[in-house]
Amino acid sequence: MKARAFDYRRVASVAEALDAYAACEGEARFLAGGQSLLPALNLRLDAPDLLIDIGRIEALRGITLEGDQLRIGALTRHAETLASELIAAHAPLLTQAAAYMAHPAIRNLGTMGGSLALSDPASELPACMRALGAELEITGRDGTRRVAADDFFLDLFENVIEPGAMLTAVRVPLPAPGTRMRFEEIARRRGDYALVGLAAQLVVTGATVESARLAFCSVGPTPMRAPKAEAALVGRPLDAAAIADATAALADDLAPDEDEGFSAAARMQLARVLLGRVLSALMTREHGEMAA
Amino acid sequence: MSATTDSPNGGRYIGRGLPRPGAKRLLAGRGRYTDDVVLPRMLHAAFLRSPYAHARLGAIDVSEAAAMPGVHRVLTGTDFAAICTPWIGTLSHFKGMRSAPQLPLPLDKVVWAGQPVVMVVAESRAEAEDALEAIQVAFEELEAVVDLDAARGAQAPRIDADAPDNVLFRTRIESGSTETAFEGAESVAVDLRFGRHTAVTMEPRATLADFDPGEERLTVHQSTQTPYQFQDLYARHFGLSEARVRVIAPDVGGSFGMKLHVYHEDMAVVGASLLLKRPVKFTADRMEAFASDIHARDHRVRARLAVGPDGVFRAIEVDDVTGVGPFSAYPRTSAVEGNQVVRLIGAPYRLTDYRADLTVVAQNKVQMSQYRAVGHPIACAVTERLVDLAADRLGLDPFEIRRRNYVTEEMYPHTTPSGYRFERLSLASCLSKLHDLMDYPALRAEQARLRERGIHRGIGIATYVEITNPTPAFYGVGGAHISAQDGCVLKLTPAGEVQCAISITEQGQGSEAIVGQIVAEGLGVDRDAVRVLTGDTETTPSGGATWACRGAGIGGETALQASRKLKARILEIAAAILQAEAGNLDIREGAVTDADGRARMTLKELGNLAYYRSDLLPPGVSPALTVAHHFAPRGYPFAFTNGIHGSLVEVDVETGFVTLLKHWVVEDCGRVINPLLVDEQIRGGVVQGLGAAFFEECRYGETGQLLNGSMTDYLVPMACEMPDIVIRHVETPTKDTELGAKGVGEAGTAASSGAALNAVNDALRPLGASVSQLPMTPERILRALAVI
Amino acid sequence: MIEPQPIAVTVNGARVRRFVEPRVSLADFLRRDLGLTGTHLGCEVGACGACIVNLDGRPVHACLMLAVQADGMRVDTVEGLSDSGELAALQAAFHARNALQCGFCTPGILVVAQDFLRACRAAGRMPSRASIRDALSGNYCRCTGYEAIVDAIESVARSQAEAALGEDAA
Repeated sequence: MKARAFDYRRVASVAEALDAYAACEGEARFLAGGQSLLPALNLRLDAPDLLIDIGRIEALRGITLEGDQLRIGALTRHAETLASELIAAHAPLLTQAAAYMAHPAIRNLGTMGGSLALSDPASELPACMRALGAELEITGRDGTRRVAADDFFLDLFENVIEPGAMLTAVRVPLPAPGTRMRFEEIARRRGDYALVGLAAQLVVTGATVESARLAFCSVGPTPMRAPKAEAALVGRPLDAAAIADATAALADDLAPDEDEGFSAAARMQLARVLLGRVLSALMTREHGEMAA
Repeated sequence: MSATTDSPNGGRYIGRGLPRPGAKRLLAGRGRYTDDVVLPRMLHAAFLRSPYAHARLGAIDVSEAAAMPGVHRVLTGTDFAAICTPWIGTLSHFKGMRSAPQLPLPLDKVVWAGQPVVMVVAESRAEAEDALEAIQVAFEELEAVVDLDAARGAQAPRIDADAPDNVLFRTRIESGSTETAFEGAESVAVDLRFGRHTAVTMEPRATLADFDPGEERLTVHQSTQTPYQFQDLYARHFGLSEARVRVIAPDVGGSFGMKLHVYHEDMAVVGASLLLKRPVKFTADRMEAFASDIHARDHRVRARLAVGPDGVFRAIEVDDVTGVGPFSAYPRTSAVEGNQVVRLIGAPYRLTDYRADLTVVAQNKVQMSQYRAVGHPIACAVTERLVDLAADRLGLDPFEIRRRNYVTEEMYPHTTPSGYRFERLSLASCLSKLHDLMDYPALRAEQARLRERGIHRGIGIATYVEITNPTPAFYGVGGAHISAQDGCVLKLTPAGEVQCAISITEQGQGSEAIVGQIVAEGLGVDRDAVRVLTGDTETTPSGGATWACRGAGIGGETALQASRKLKARILEIAAAILQAEAGNLDIREGAVTDADGRARMTLKELGNLAYYRSDLLPPGVSPALTVAHHFAPRGYPFAFTNGIHGSLVEVDVETGFVTLLKHWVVEDCGRVINPLLVDEQIRGGVVQGLGAAFFEECRYGETGQLLNGSMTDYLVPMACEMPDIVIRHVETPTKDTELGAKGVGEAGTAASSGAALNAVNDALRPLGASVSQLPMTPERILRALAVI
Repeated sequence: MIEPQPIAVTVNGARVRRFVEPRVSLADFLRRDLGLTGTHLGCEVGACGACIVNLDGRPVHACLMLAVQADGMRVDTVEGLSDSGELAALQAAFHARNALQCGFCTPGILVVAQDFLRACRAAGRMPSRASIRDALSGNYCRCTGYEAIVDAIESVARSQAEAALGEDAA
């Protein structure tokens, strides 16, 4: 299990990376943390001609507050996401999710941008971005644009980044007062890909749910929002009846594929149970209510 | 933290929970595994593998690959057919068994997805893999035999065209009349399915063959349990002199029975070294490990138990169908597991009427053979599930029904209906010890309390009887060149220290550690003064090595008797020097002493004298301080052990997930030589059994493709999901040996899945549900509960 | 033809310079080019944890990193961490508790455990058994059943916590 031969170039800036990509006559890949790319190379499932190592571009690092957004650089390691006080204060959903991401050693190299650019629907961060209503910053040779997380994911391992462009940061809106967040997932073993995962963000004002964003991992080709279940929650108190309605509505939102190891029916059942449990936890403000 | 206590029957070293001397080296990263060995001019092998489970082999075009950078040779089936005789995985005592002859690489047909077809030998593994991509093979796909039941159908395609069907072996065991016994009795029945597993040793298989044409000498460094067996096989199948074949098993990164079978790649590596006259290394990567390491289990067992209204068992009937690979594994066959299933079912219980049928069926899947606890987990789960069902039917507690039906003290020696002879077991003692250890009544009370709150806990127990210390009755009588004896050479060095070369092998279980303890105790020296050497056919005596729980029982006794012999030699020499009677001397803490313990001379003084000043010895006294001893058990064909497991689980009835809360084992492996090592053998074994119970399964698609052949998809149990495991011992030493030790490596695996099966079903019973398939996945539990 | 590239890596405290093919993993570089065979390959996809080494002081899978990526960085393997004595307490506890059998997974587990204990020390925390198990979630062991490993790490954590208490008292 040894990778096919490829060339390697380490770059110091985004512009240099984009130029290197454009100049490559064959297939090029950006290499960030490499925690998904390296297995694919070792297995010869992917065999590019050139790896462009963007791992040391300073401009891609850093977690900062910018106006009403939290900007997280694409090279932020999962371990940094887990440890960041800024993220814990403003987007604790990510802190919770990072604890589920693979294992400690993987978290030391794997990056925010790498995980999102891979767009594996089974991983945690894509669902979190949708639940948070984040924007993703994409930089190409013609400049930088922002795409809403809801518009970013197209299909299994597919997104709107055009060849030769790269994800440079994500921008998470600062939470409104009354925002409650929770991430949970169900996996066979700790750190395995989730059979089902759920990133939930509710805004609760007084007793009433004002808005709800529910995004699931591992139930479709992309991280899946659950609009019917969200609608079942909005405009009413978060109580047992609302939760029951939301879980009942989920069948209209999700249609997971049959999988050799795990049937669609079982996955739906887990999604319903997980939604019920996450919402029940969110009934009490200790579970994830943001400081006003 | 669980404390390990020394055995109450111990001596200065035997029975003491001492750490392993060899472990320090491994902890410092100084282990030397086969892939770590680098030889001058060494080349690397990679294999093109069949993408099809069943296909005819057409033209193979290797021209482009052969011309690629770094490539030395591209080899196919015909290259090896010329230098290697075929092997056939049958044993003569399995009457009527058949299996297709095998060669390193196939000539005309492939029979499983992943079968090696073409071998590339290159400067590096990466270059060898590059060349694989340039090879063209014309496969003509054939219908694959995949499903266990369909494989036996009249219309099933035949894997071996020369055979009438896909059945490799059939046998029936019959004792008494089960038909009569079932008349008028209550009966309970099971239809249990057991998934395919594989060993997943952390170190994949690795072989490095080095042929020196000058002396016609073959040296093979190999990650194996059984170097002597491979010495014989390589010599016979390649027509070499056995004395010129050396097999070295350096540090071995786990084996569990998986590393004692013949693999096509190993034979190809040896053949390639013979052809190229250079060292050739092959290390399986993890994908190759899943596609070629032996698999195990894969049984469907239908069985029923007749029980009287008094709760006394009357009879058992069994039908075991097991799907193996496309042929029978070599040299131990693929029939031993099924054979042990049908012989072990019902073993702990008083039964006279018994009937069992075994059918071993070929499939286009990875070859199947012995893996840790061969057959025991199946036999145990079937038996113990039947027992729990009977208890439930009669309203008896699981402990009570077992107590009523165990083979009792006065029955020993006892012969089971299937013909196994037990010297002495401790079934009732283990049962009551487990009852106390678990605090069973408190667990039941807690279970009832939690059930009211919608928390579903289950308690399960399972008794096992385990085959250890096999005599030639196991393989030798069937014609296999697999030794049931062990040899030990002990040497007192001139400095008065001890070197011990022994034929049992080390894979981390502590073979070397316990041999060191036994020799130190037997001889009367400090353990630090004993160096134990294993795993090299050229420097150790030939013997059986380590498998089937034989290392401690047979190898340990060999070491003990060898130490007695060396002690006698030392005392004879000492007596001559000291002008004393040997019978009045002893050796204690490294010195020759009087009977009362007063030191007369150190072993260093004695060694110095015997080696450097033998002129001072009287003429009739030999200066030899090297002795050899060989031993094979001559009494019972096997030394049976026993024990019982308890399992406490909690079932999440909404998700089907099971949390393993605790596991208990009370076991009796006879004399415990090192309780620290015994406990860790059991814990590791328990976890492999819990893997089988909940996680591990080689899943195949309809065309015979292995669907989950990777470490991310084949779920090995890991730290977070495993419970703490409490262990206690009962010691019933075998009287067949002075040491009294029996085997223990498989005791953990033998019953943990059975206990877990009973525990999960105990949790599900009030909900009117039951599971009868392992592994008990969330999906299967949700289906059992009719949630999906 | 793809040319090997020059790299300079500080391995176990010594600066080494080599030319390597870009496709060579850090694990293969350590094992093959430097003879540091204590780093083991069990899966080459980052699942088993046997190849974990410290990169700039943090555990990473050497199979999921290219040697060329490590240029200019510091790599510490089980051999170096043993020679420096950094692993001594863990090694002694593993030995006493027999928290290893075949030893193939052990180097990766030691590196992970050391990092975990460092974090516990920094946080002034005595870890629970569950959190020790959680820290090991990326390390396969097929021999031990894990309990002895948890015991060994727990015993070092306890000595560490007691030592810290002693310092506070002093």
